[in-house]
Amino acid sequence: MSEPKPKQDEPIKRMLAPVRLEFTVSAGRDKTAFLGAIIEGRILGGRCPSCRKVYVPPRGCPTCGVEMVGDIPISDHGVVTTFCTVSIPFEGQTMKLPYVYASIVLDGADVPIFHLVDGIDAKDARMGLRVRADWRPPAERKPTMESIRAFVPTGEPDAAFDTYKEHL
Amino acid sequence: MERCAVIGVGQTKHAAKRDDLSMIGLVREAATRALEDAGLTFRDIDAVVIGKAPDMFEGVMMPELFLAEALGAVGKPMMRVHTAGSVGGSTAIVAAHLVSAGIHQRVLTVAYEKQSESDAMWALSPKYPFQPPLMAGAGGYFAPLIRAYIRRSNAPNDVGVRVAVKDRLNALKNPYAHLKMPEISAAQVEASPMLWDPIRYLETCPSSDGACAMVLSSETAARSAPHRPAWVHATATRSEPNLFAGRDQVNPRAGRDCAAALYKQAGITDPRKQLDAAEIYVPFSWFEPMWMENLGFAPEGEGWKMTLEGATALGGDMPINPSGGVMSSNPIGASGMLRFAEAALQVRGQAGEHQVEGAKLAMGHAYGGGSQFFAMWIVGDARP
Amino acid sequence: MATREIAVVSFAQTNSRRNELDETEMLLPVITEAVKRSGIARSDIGFTCSGSCDYLGGRPFSFVMVIDAIGAWPPIEESHVEMDGAFALYEAWVRLQHGDIDAALVYAFGKSSQGDLPDVMVTQLDPYYVAPLWPDSISLAALQARAMLDEKRCTELEMAEIAVRNRKSAKANPHAHLKGDHLAANLLGEPYAVAPLRRHDCPPITDGATAIVLAAGDLARKVCKRPAFIRGIDHRIEPHALGLRDLTRSPSTKLAGERAGVGKGKIDVAELHAPFTHQEVILRDALGLGAEVDVNPSGGALGANPMMVAGLNRIGEAAQRILDGKANRVLAHATSGPCLQQNLVCVLEAE
Repeated sequence: MSEPKPKQDEPIKRMLAPVRLEFTVSAGRDKTAFLGAIIEGRILGGRCPSCRKVYVPPRGCPTCGVEMVGDIPISDHGVVTTFCTVSIPFEGQTMKLPYVYASIVLDGADVPIFHLVDGIDAKDARMGLRVRADWRPPAERKPTMESIRAFVPTGEPDAAFDTYKEHL
Repeated sequence: MERCAVIGVGQTKHAAKRDDLSMIGLVREAATRALEDAGLTFRDIDAVVIGKAPDMFEGVMMPELFLAEALGAVGKPMMRVHTAGSVGGSTAIVAAHLVSAGIHQRVLTVAYEKQSESDAMWALSPKYPFQPPLMAGAGGYFAPLIRAYIRRSNAPNDVGVRVAVKDRLNALKNPYAHLKMPEISAAQVEASPMLWDPIRYLETCPSSDGACAMVLSSETAARSAPHRPAWVHATATRSEPNLFAGRDQVNPRAGRDCAAALYKQAGITDPRKQLDAAEIYVPFSWFEPMWMENLGFAPEGEGWKMTLEGATALGGDMPINPSGGVMSSNPIGASGMLRFAEAALQVRGQAGEHQVEGAKLAMGHAYGGGSQFFAMWIVGDARP
Repeated sequence: MATREIAVVSFAQTNSRRNELDETEMLLPVITEAVKRSGIARSDIGFTCSGSCDYLGGRPFSFVMVIDAIGAWPPIEESHVEMDGAFALYEAWVRLQHGDIDAALVYAFGKSSQGDLPDVMVTQLDPYYVAPLWPDSISLAALQARAMLDEKRCTELEMAEIAVRNRKSAKANPHAHLKGDHLAANLLGEPYAVAPLRRHDCPPITDGATAIVLAAGDLARKVCKRPAFIRGIDHRIEPHALGLRDLTRSPSTKLAGERAGVGKGKIDVAELHAPFTHQEVILRDALGLGAEVDVNPSGGALGANPMMVAGLNRIGEAAQRILDGKANRVLAHATSGPCLQQNLVCVLEAE
């Protein structure tokens, strides 16, 4: 963007006022443990001591308002409960369009995570699709969910609607 | 508890870019119109309550501070509300409570967004560590929920298209609306690009600059108002977490509970029968049928039938968004207050060409976050 | 106007410092503690209101992720202000006036350490005329301090003495961040940070979270031995443009104080939200507080200054003096905006 230069006698309609702020964000206690495991190619969940539900990543239980210990190993296989095919470009986007962005309930978890679904044509994406994590090689992994490149179809038969409808 | 009335309503002409005005000019355009409608000046106001969505939309932190002079708030109490997309509604409710609690006689409430001064898609999808930027704005968030709704309700695919056309036709009757599409047709909506499958471009709301303002007053102050007031019969808010095990995001309980609390306060037992009009927060056309169910206007899984039967059209038995709604004007922070204000216009008989004949009781509705924050009110032409 | 009796019945805060927890992790134990101390069941809390600011963390909707940590299920009646938590407490007080509910939870959080705070605060200024010049928050406070010195409203020595007293008081506060024994004369030997302010005149950058439970009349008396009843609460705003204000005075504090009934009786303790030393002088003057009033026994914002939380902390700290039986009538003050633009005053009493 360049500074608009109005002609003489023309009202000034726009001005450029760039703001640049840098933030250093702490992952926090729960995410530190979770992302540490991600680097090792493992997914950690936590069980709420009150309602017994399993959360990925672990966190304070949203419904009970109590802390949980994040020490439950979770499978890197799961089911696509619902999804969206993105065909709109936006600032900061790194994926090639169109891409499929899905809500995935990992086996053993009670809440979905959100990630890319790849290895399938966008038009073949569907609810109930069984997927698994496609991990980046250990040397390329960082403390971010991008250490999983995407989720890809396992080739198993689709899950029945009734088995995941409570996650919608 | 004191009674509370809407004695003044004002809004800007909403547009993609109001570069004829600063933020100051934008909020003043709405505020001075509301004051004029109420026959008042800034001097008559006891307190100002302002709301808007995230500050990053304009790049100004807590902008109410620099707007204090422009809104005549100097020497008065000023509050700033932020409850995500529901903020316009929540802001009006905070203002109404200042009156109903007996604290103030006349409160000015304002909500705005000047989306053209920054990039909302960027503000909603910032580059943040730990997670890749996948979401692609609000559409990316809500598209999977719409897909889930369609699957659950077996709704025909063209319901979203119908709503998109109906709301744009209504907007033609609203001089303040942003989108004016006299040629709009189902074929045109169907042919528009699929941005976030299953959401097409014309099934989404626009990005607008705009503001809305209302003057709320006590019963005593309402007596000297030049125009007929709209009486606040009920207000309610409910919030629930964004994500939890077993959460129903399509028909969230917070919305159902909020509506139930609202109807109870207003003495409503059959909302579809008793309400004459409703302005509902529908940023993606598919949310009309979803909210019809959430608000109890239709049984679960059957909201789409109301749309297809024409019940939600102007002239139907439950007109939804006669103003053209969020689908036609979306200054995010103001969108909720516009719903509340349009409901007030309906029961005051001031809605002009989009007036619902003889409207006596109307609802304003707003929601925000991941379908998790709800704010609603019911206004009527009669004193409660 | 007759108002319903509302009291602070419990207060909990983090140990203010910079910390590695995220916002929800800071907040959750504090809310749990405040609710536990209140003796009121979560299900009996009819309204929740919070204060926070997205710009502190550089991301939108910070309050949304926090709602996932407070047990908002079944759905709760809730609201949020993009302001200091003291203003959230005001909203909760208004809500409780309606009489249909008897208890409210108020909380606030702020991780000021995530960005360069003085620079982040620039975005709070008029975006057309002032912010593009990039005057940071310390420079603006220095402008105000200079006006105070020029008007002979205070001296640099008095400012240093205020710093000494607050940091000394902070020693008795386990939650405070910056504390210790200093000599004013030594502090004056330090170089200026932004003249005429030295480092000791400025607040620390603190992360923090606080929760307070409010209860109405009979419920307050039932669950609490010495509830801190809110006898008056009011807030006022001034022009934003610094050129339109006499920076050495705080008319909004004065007016809010009058409306809150500060002068109706003797104040034992005053907790003033004065992040910079010279601001304590302005506020004392606006509120008519004499030397006999114990000002900031907690160490004030000079001891710990979590943004969006520090104002609510003043109410909590003042109320705690009543809950503990150490005071009978206290004053709490909260501020927002550059150079004390917006001010809230709350008077609390024991029965």
